[in-house]
Amino acid sequence: MSTVSPQAPGDFWEVEPHHHHEGASTSIGFWVYLMSDCLMFAILFATFGVLGGSYAAGPGPKDLFDLELVALNTAFLLLSSITYGLAMLAMVKNNKGGTLGWLAVTLVFGLAFLAVELYEFSHLIHLGAGPQRSAFLSSFFALVGTHGLHVAFGCLWLVTLMIQVGQRGLIPANRRRLSCLSMFWHFLDVIWIGVFTFVYLLGMI
Amino acid sequence: MPSIQAEGDKHHAERRAEAHGDHHEDSHDHGSVRSYMTGFVLSVVLTAIPFAVVMGGGFESRLLTAAVVVGLAVVQILVHMVYFLHMNTRSDEGWTMMALIFTVVILVIVLAGSLWVMYHMNTNMMPQMDHEALGLGS
Repeated sequence: MSTVSPQAPGDFWEVEPHHHHEGASTSIGFWVYLMSDCLMFAILFATFGVLGGSYAAGPGPKDLFDLELVALNTAFLLLSSITYGLAMLAMVKNNKGGTLGWLAVTLVFGLAFLAVELYEFSHLIHLGAGPQRSAFLSSFFALVGTHGLHVAFGCLWLVTLMIQVGQRGLIPANRRRLSCLSMFWHFLDVIWIGVFTFVYLLGMI
Repeated sequence: MPSIQAEGDKHHAERRAEAHGDHHEDSHDHGSVRSYMTGFVLSVVLTAIPFAVVMGGGFESRLLTAAVVVGLAVVQILVHMVYFLHMNTRSDEGWTMMALIFTVVILVIVLAGSLWVMYHMNTNMMPQMDHEALGLGS
């Protein structure tokens, strides 16, 4: 009845999945994650933009912010960006000691940033300018706190990778992880540019 | 872990050979000391100027000061994207750039839309506006 000769499925469909070498799509996938994270920050920035002027008869930016402290923090984060870049360059040269050394320096700058930020937060709360004081302060703590939380998790990730690299060396999996953290770290610096510009500098004008 | 280390070295040697073979058209651009330093110096300058302007009291026009600060921030974000995040139109066949453009479009809509809508809600729907409109004072 039927003249169609039965074909083996392999002739018609591609049964075998496309072969990509392991981790080939990691960088694009991680980039998409960073873009979604960027949208979350966009919403926090929009919230701050809307509520940033609602002081509820409480203190405003000029009463609270210390630009010298913010400049110090900006310097820490910028320096940590360049030292992470140097760690990546050491990784490309297959220099394990150099990579670990620069990662350690990056970690020190990251922790210094967190220390200054925690000092600033505790100082504000001590002044009675905590997140519950006004809509301005709620949105301020939400935005700057979320960025600080990202830096804290970045530091945790950095420690994990230093242990990984120390134990297993610069194997392909660790190179891939270091590249991801590199994107994450530089991305946080980009977000910080937005924070110090829109929250601190524009608030002090 | 000598075997894993050796494997890593081998992989790296292969990649280096690849990179030299196709004239550095490796999709994963790691930059160079020179590009990182260029980006770093530009960032320091672009950070120092707005801080100096605002800490020095700003220009006479607050609007001009704000415009300068925001403009320099935009330039600095571009510098970071190019020199630190190695953005280009080639990596991952251009899909990272597509994802970035899509995100920027959404970001602009979210920011501009929120500010615009909420500004008008504030000015048009605050209770005291009724009094002012009726000439009763606020």
